[in-house]
Amino acid sequence: MNRTWIILGATSSMARAFARQVSADGAGVLLAGRDRDDLQALAGDCSLRGARMAEVVIFDARDPEGFPAIVERARSEDGEINAAVFVGSMPAQSDIDADPSLIDGTVTDCFSGPARFLHLLAPVLEERGMGTIIGVGSVAGDRGRLGNYVYGAAKAGFHTYLSGLRNRLTRAGGHVVTVKPGFVDTAMTWGLPGMFLVASPEQVAADLVKAARKRRNVIYTPFFWALIMLIIRHIPEPIFKKMKI
Amino acid sequence: MLWKTADFAGWGRALTARCDVARPERSRALDALLADGLVPAMGMRRSYGDAALNSDGRAIEMTRLDRMIAFDAATGELEVEAGVQVGQVAEVFAPRGWLPPVMPGTGFATIGGCIAQDVHGKNHHHGGSFCQHVLSMRLRTATGVVEVTPEGTPDLFRATAGGLGQTGVILSARLRLMPVKGDVMIVTERRIADWDEHIATLDASRATYTVGWIDATATGTALGRGILEEGETGSGLVPKRAKYRKVPFDAPRFALSAPVVRAFNQLYWRRVPESGRTVVKPIGDFFFPLDKIHDWNRLYGRAGFHQFQCVVPLAAVKELRGMLESIAGSGLASPLAVLKRMGEGRAGHLSFPMEGYTLAVDFPNRAEARDLIVRLIDRTKGAGGRIYFAKDSLASAKDVAAMYPELDAWRAAAALADPERALATDIVRRLQLRGAA
Repeated sequence: MNRTWIILGATSSMARAFARQVSADGAGVLLAGRDRDDLQALAGDCSLRGARMAEVVIFDARDPEGFPAIVERARSEDGEINAAVFVGSMPAQSDIDADPSLIDGTVTDCFSGPARFLHLLAPVLEERGMGTIIGVGSVAGDRGRLGNYVYGAAKAGFHTYLSGLRNRLTRAGGHVVTVKPGFVDTAMTWGLPGMFLVASPEQVAADLVKAARKRRNVIYTPFFWALIMLIIRHIPEPIFKKMKI
Repeated sequence: MLWKTADFAGWGRALTARCDVARPERSRALDALLADGLVPAMGMRRSYGDAALNSDGRAIEMTRLDRMIAFDAATGELEVEAGVQVGQVAEVFAPRGWLPPVMPGTGFATIGGCIAQDVHGKNHHHGGSFCQHVLSMRLRTATGVVEVTPEGTPDLFRATAGGLGQTGVILSARLRLMPVKGDVMIVTERRIADWDEHIATLDASRATYTVGWIDATATGTALGRGILEEGETGSGLVPKRAKYRKVPFDAPRFALSAPVVRAFNQLYWRRVPESGRTVVKPIGDFFFPLDKIHDWNRLYGRAGFHQFQCVVPLAAVKELRGMLESIAGSGLASPLAVLKRMGEGRAGHLSFPMEGYTLAVDFPNRAEARDLIVRLIDRTKGAGGRIYFAKDSLASAKDVAAMYPELDAWRAAAALADPERALATDIVRRLQLRGAA
């Protein structure tokens, strides 16, 4: 069957790896992001790797006026429509402390922008009675920490949204996968101190493809983060509030 | 973080350098990094020595600029960004009947790296060197982006092919792929009893791909014994490729001690039946046998290793035998040793190949081995041969001029493209390739 993936934030390395893997399976890809030249290069790459169709669409999480055109473009494809959301931004917590207005942008990039887009897309999945949405959140959304609690809060909001959307789409035959990656070797983490057990974008993308196929609900990737976060979630607040992790 | 400060090593892990490395994921990010001046580029750091190191300086890792841009199925022309790995090209295109016409011993090498070392493969005697199949490249020089072609800009092309990244940052390249029958290899393996037989069979081989594994621990009448592999592409059924394995820790020193290596080589040699055999292998297994074991360089332990690779003219075959004799007599060689006949093909001023025989042997990084390699480099020079910059970590400036007669022409072209020497790397300084400091 015809399968199409809308990939939001397609210029990120995780999204690139994911786009390549679904392309190799012959899916069509709508590569959504802001940097047209870069997306064009990726579209060429996806075509050469076997994508049935690879097109660039301009998506800016902070500009919802562009959203309907992307949904319409996807709707014009027959068969199953899917979406994978890789957008987000993580300003340093110290920058946010200096300029709290950065909070709005972070919340828009990580949560409200993608949520508004998915809200437009959800009816398409319901009409067709199929389709999967992969939402990439973060382990940072599991608990607020000194180092990046604004980013964490935005991701936590997105997790909760995805959980509700899953509840809604399940009734219509659609599905939602919430993904919580640990440290991934991307431009965002390059050179950051304190990184450990860093996964490659290709590894994470393979986990995403598998999770979508198996209709998993919530996954941690790589898997051992489930254990790490289980512990972190269960540290009692009186202790946690004094910790610096 | 734009710049990551860390210790980086060549593949041999004997040479390391503290560098600030940026790894852009988009062309725009690369442009921004180069806005205030050129910075040396590096790929997967599969060069064994210091070709990809810039001590106390900056470098740009190109591995995330790795998109395949366009392919013309009528002509086989493929345009790719410099960070694409050559094994990826093979993986994507072999099932459709195309292969890179030249593939080095590891599929992890980037296209930019293949150009900068003008690499060769097991078909060098027919296929020539990598850059002989490069139709054009986009090169970021001190004056901006230049389209470099063999016809349009012959000087810059010859300086960039095998030019160790000293003429600019290679952004992308157009290559002509080669049509092949399918994505498997039909490989004939034969036991070779000694040196004379090894040379004679290499001379006589008419196969597309030919390479000899040599037991560099065998001495006396067994000197030069090994296994000759001849390969052709084919199509048909093949078992799935085995899973990648990792080397989880640095091996202890005894792992490659003389008795262990001798025993291993003995078994490895006897693995091929006396009457020879023909086997079908996935393409990757034939071209990149060691890529299945990620981080195999850790098998040499914390100290790392050196690879000595030379090529000597056909007429110097006796001298090469003498060199193998001293290697075998030293008891220092590892199981990784290769003998191959090369053709004339080379594309750049500093390209390694010349018509003759090339010998490559790995040694653990120990004082006796370093001394031996330095003597071997000297004998190579005496034999009218040369050493390979992709492998070398022990030669010195005085060795190079005689081995690379076009060095002056290359120097002039590099000085034009990068007058500030902003692209100089550790190997360039060690061998004073761009002139005395």
